[in-house]
Amino acid sequence: MIKEQTPSDPTKTAAGELSADVTDVKNAQQGPGRRHGRSRLTAGQKPRWTAWAVAGGALIIAAALMALIGFNIAGWLIITAILYVVAMYVTTTIMENRRKATDGLWTNLIVGSFLIALIPLISVLWTVISHGTPGLTAPGFFASDMKGVTGITDQKTEAGDLPLIGGIKHALMGTLLITLAATIISVPIGLLTSIYLVEYSNDNSLSKVIRFFVDVMTGIPSIVAGLFASGLMMFICQKILQMPPGSNVMGFSAAVGLSVLMIPVVVRSTEEMLRVVPNELREASAALGVRKWRTTLKVVLPTAISGIASGITLAIARVVGETAPILVTAGVALSTNFNLFKDWMMTLPVFIYRQLMNPTAPMAPTASEERAWGAALVLIIIVMLLNLLARVVAKIFAPKTAGR
Amino acid sequence: MAKRIDAVDLNVYYGKFLAVEGVNINIEPKSVTAFIGPSGCGKTTFLRTLNRMHEVLPGSHVKGNVLLDGDDIYAPGVDPVTIRSQVGMVFQRPNPFPTMSIRDNVLAGFKLNGKRMSKSDSDAVVEKSLRGANLWNEVKDRLEKPGSGLSGGQQQRLCIARTIAVEPAVILMDEPCSALDPISTLAVEDLINELKNQYTVVIVTHNMQQAARVSEKTAFFNIAGTGKPGKLIEYAETSTIFNNPSDQATEDYVSGRFG
Repeated sequence: MIKEQTPSDPTKTAAGELSADVTDVKNAQQGPGRRHGRSRLTAGQKPRWTAWAVAGGALIIAAALMALIGFNIAGWLIITAILYVVAMYVTTTIMENRRKATDGLWTNLIVGSFLIALIPLISVLWTVISHGTPGLTAPGFFASDMKGVTGITDQKTEAGDLPLIGGIKHALMGTLLITLAATIISVPIGLLTSIYLVEYSNDNSLSKVIRFFVDVMTGIPSIVAGLFASGLMMFICQKILQMPPGSNVMGFSAAVGLSVLMIPVVVRSTEEMLRVVPNELREASAALGVRKWRTTLKVVLPTAISGIASGITLAIARVVGETAPILVTAGVALSTNFNLFKDWMMTLPVFIYRQLMNPTAPMAPTASEERAWGAALVLIIIVMLLNLLARVVAKIFAPKTAGR
Repeated sequence: MAKRIDAVDLNVYYGKFLAVEGVNINIEPKSVTAFIGPSGCGKTTFLRTLNRMHEVLPGSHVKGNVLLDGDDIYAPGVDPVTIRSQVGMVFQRPNPFPTMSIRDNVLAGFKLNGKRMSKSDSDAVVEKSLRGANLWNEVKDRLEKPGSGLSGGQQQRLCIARTIAVEPAVILMDEPCSALDPISTLAVEDLINELKNQYTVVIVTHNMQQAARVSEKTAFFNIAGTGKPGKLIEYAETSTIFNNPSDQATEDYVSGRFG
């Protein structure tokens, strides 16, 4: 049977008894590829410039189509993309075969989906950068807060009599302090919980309960976490410490709210990291007569530290942009407050929200909008820096391999 | 200072499952004893009971006695950590600590336990252990490099160096050469021959030639069938086991008729 299908047998080809694949092989040897003078192995492939030619053709035809119905760039690109995908499929079917055409079709569709997924990201970045740069570059944007900035000054700014005054110093400091406090609360709790789960629990029923509630906590809406923190701190401050009403509105309450959101993330990511530490290392350490807590501290944690550190950094990045839980716990403020335990505090997300929804000068909101966009840009930069930091940290702490 | 090991009517359990039944064995100090037998017959399980590594797995326990120089290591109140610092273990796959340098790997037994040592003391321990493991000449110029950068055979000898650095009385080896090439195997076997001058060595091996080459006494373990407990069938001088075994199963196994 195989012998009969040998491509060099022309009679069988004429008889049409060959399967599609064998026809391809035959084309590869005697088809157009030969005429191009390529090797037998690469013969029958469409030339490299086919894709460019098809893309060019698609651009021209799409432009012609758009000229009929009124030209715009977005429509032109979309029609070009559709034409390109279809034309590439047809071209490849004709020049090569169905299998390669289907392969190419799916490659094109996947690349297309990726580009579509990129559109919102790039659009967000572009919008924030273009709107935020004027605010960000205004003198004193980082050095001043909103103290002394009134509707009158903003109206003057809009009229062009004053430069943009007011800044994000108070919000930036608030964000940094509250996030730092939340990290200090969450990391030890999360780390110890996951160490218990992985190293000490032996998968007992308590660990199953903990894991279940951690999963539930992961799904808590952030506003609920904020309300919980607000209620808890109200109880502690007024009922237990007998402080005056309202004293529970402070940066620390916000940090408590954020930790509720952060702890499950830290527990989950740390747990995963501890689980991938090979059991052999624990046994090797135990066989040297090392106690379990020392093994955990000096063998397991250092081996997993790179993953743990990047997981924590990503958890920070996750809560740094929270608005709702801070709004209901730390309130809003106009001036810089460095004390986490007294008075209201501002953070960047809340600052953005307030500047947009309650502009300082309701009749002249341009100045407020400019500040909000500037703050948004700062927030995005912070999150990006944290992501970058996570990568650097992972790289620095990674176990030193190879080195031969 | 090597110690002797005696197991008396030892039953080893994983949860409720009886894995090894009724082992009685006397291992002399400063000798090499090999455990051979088909896979799953409980050689490794029994070996791990000798330094209480068996109970690291949840639910595992033993019944019976294991005497280290006459002291029962399973007596109530005995701290397994003390036992493990006297009975060292080398594992099947080389497992140097990936976060540590070669030097720190050798010193792991001290450093992980938080012992402070002067630079000269630790240098002496590192050199002595690495020389003892026949590795000193190969790594003396790169002691600060990570241990995971060594070849498999070197890593295994590094693990042996790490074990002898804490000067245990007994060294247990769980198929130490099964992941190594013949040259590295030879290096480790030479090492075992030297180690027996100072330590009691117990080695589990699937390689009968290796057992014949390195050991003075050999124990043959066998299992009646899946789900049945493994048993110690025969324990005698290595030459007796290989040339004139008293049990038919032993003869079949060492002559390659089954297994």
